[in-house]
Amino acid sequence: MMRETPPGDGAATGAVLASARDLGIARNGRWLVQGIDLCVRRGEIVTLIGPNGSGKSTTAKAVIGLMKADAGSVWRTPGLRIGYVPQKLAMDRTLPLTVARLLTLTHRQPRAAVHAALEAVGIPHLANAQVHGLSGGEFQRALLARAMLRDPDLLVLDEPVQGVDVQGEAALYSLISQIRERTGCGILMISHDLHVVMAATDTVICLNGRVSCRGTPQAVISNPAYQRLFGRTGADMLAVYRHHEDGTAPCGHAGHDHQAEPDEAAPGSQAPTNRPAEARHAG
Amino acid sequence: MLDDFFTRALVAGIGLAVTTGPLGCLVVWRRMAYFGATMAHSALLGVALAFAVDINPMLGVFAVAATVSVALLVLQRSGVLSSDTLMGILAHAALALGLVAITAMSWLRVDLMGLLFGDILAVSVRDIGVLYGGGALVLGVLAWLWRSLLASTVSDELAQAEGLNPERARIAFMLLMAVVIAIAMKIVGILLITALLIIPAATARRLASGPEAMALMASGLGAGAVALGLSGSLAWDTPSGPSIVLAAFALFLLSLIPGRVRRPARSETPP
Ligand SMILES: Nc1ncnc2c1ncn2[C@@H]1O[C@H](COP(=O)(O)OP(=O)(O)OP(=O)(O)O)[C@@H](O)[C@H]1O
Ligand SMILES: [Mg+2]
Repeated sequence: MMRETPPGDGAATGAVLASARDLGIARNGRWLVQGIDLCVRRGEIVTLIGPNGSGKSTTAKAVIGLMKADAGSVWRTPGLRIGYVPQKLAMDRTLPLTVARLLTLTHRQPRAAVHAALEAVGIPHLANAQVHGLSGGEFQRALLARAMLRDPDLLVLDEPVQGVDVQGEAALYSLISQIRERTGCGILMISHDLHVVMAATDTVICLNGRVSCRGTPQAVISNPAYQRLFGRTGADMLAVYRHHEDGTAPCGHAGHDHQAEPDEAAPGSQAPTNRPAEARHAG
Repeated sequence: MLDDFFTRALVAGIGLAVTTGPLGCLVVWRRMAYFGATMAHSALLGVALAFAVDINPMLGVFAVAATVSVALLVLQRSGVLSSDTLMGILAHAALALGLVAITAMSWLRVDLMGLLFGDILAVSVRDIGVLYGGGALVLGVLAWLWRSLLASTVSDELAQAEGLNPERARIAFMLLMAVVIAIAMKIVGILLITALLIIPAATARRLASGPEAMALMASGLGAGAVALGLSGSLAWDTPSGPSIVLAAFALFLLSLIPGRVRRPARSETPP
């Protein structure tokens, strides 16, 4: 299940697609997230984990430009093509929409490509079904097919397999890995499924309004901040994934390793303060 | 051919219905029926202002409808009152203001009934020209922005994340609504414009399986309603605008029938 290449080595050397530096988002006088640093490279899967309301969706939206940064900055490669699976999508029933038409909603696609995408997510028989008639899991598969069909540089998947059955879940996660392998795109994923996250991710970022800890799955699992955040479930996984501790730095700040440190230990502290000044985002 | 007043009415009405079909679908999908009504109610004020400063009434109507929609957006952003309350306030304040303004200009002989309920039988060849020009403009812009409009109807965030421009689409949509209200006023009157937008669209919903098909069907159904309504109006000497709306309503009722018959028949197959 574990990938052969050591994470943070092979995968994390691709070009930076999008990054956030000391990102903060405030609403109604409250910080939803603060001091977030992250970086998604070509060919890399970065996963955000954390409890409900910890700011995962908010962070992802900021990275793709749907929410403006109230502090810090967000940078994206100019012309970056994004495929997005939002956490929820409320559609009015008065809009008649077949699955095939949903797949071409934001961009034109040849018929064959549409069917291939539906085939890949396991619902080729639903091409002409109405979107409103789909089950939750079928709808989720259609959304994933829609996002990958764009051949994006960056896939942003907000709980992409919610409501998908157990077998389907494994299949879809392996599809996500395949997409990465085949197209070399970067993936920013949000998931509550810790086992899958640890198996299929290059970099894990634990959020709780701030970055609690980050690094390779192994590094994160053995991090005290992670264990505090996820309690028993997290601790159980320690036995399964105990490996050498390792870390990946955001945007290649090698040698500067706050990543496996519990930032959370010092509440209110400016998370990463000792950044080299020349590494500021240009553009 | 356009010598006959009935033919002119038919040509004008069908032209309008073809335009309101796709736009009305967007109104229905975006749950903006009440928004359309609010803009339409402000039209009377536009007419009054146009008379006061001596410009073309259509320009006045367009300007006021566009202003009201911007005001609505600003008030919605401030989030003090819910949208439907705001629209209720703006719609009726604008209507009342329009009525007061028109009656206050006592030196003008304005056909108030014509404004409220339309006067399709009095359309001139020039009116038809303006109507078709405006209609072509609306349909052209709709076709140009269709993908953005449709995608942002499903999800603004999805559209924006994937490189479309939902904000521009929303503004264009509101301006198109203002254009349609300006050109439709003479045909069905300001009180019934919304009906011509949403009833054919709602009727088409029962029959179409895709958004584009629904838009085309709404145009066709609207044109049918105009033809039926005008014929009925001629035969029974009923007012033309309301007759068209009643015909559209009759088509809507008809569209409910096949659905009710077909659906149980399919699910009744024994397990
Ligand atoms: N537009 C907004 N305005 C105000 N508060 C918001 C807004 N969006 C999110 N929040 C708040 O920000 C916090 C983080 O929300 P977010 O959706 O990012 O959480 P999440 O980590 O994705 O949670 P979940 O696991 O439930 O999806 C929540 O407390 C939420 O109430
Ligand atoms: Mg979320």
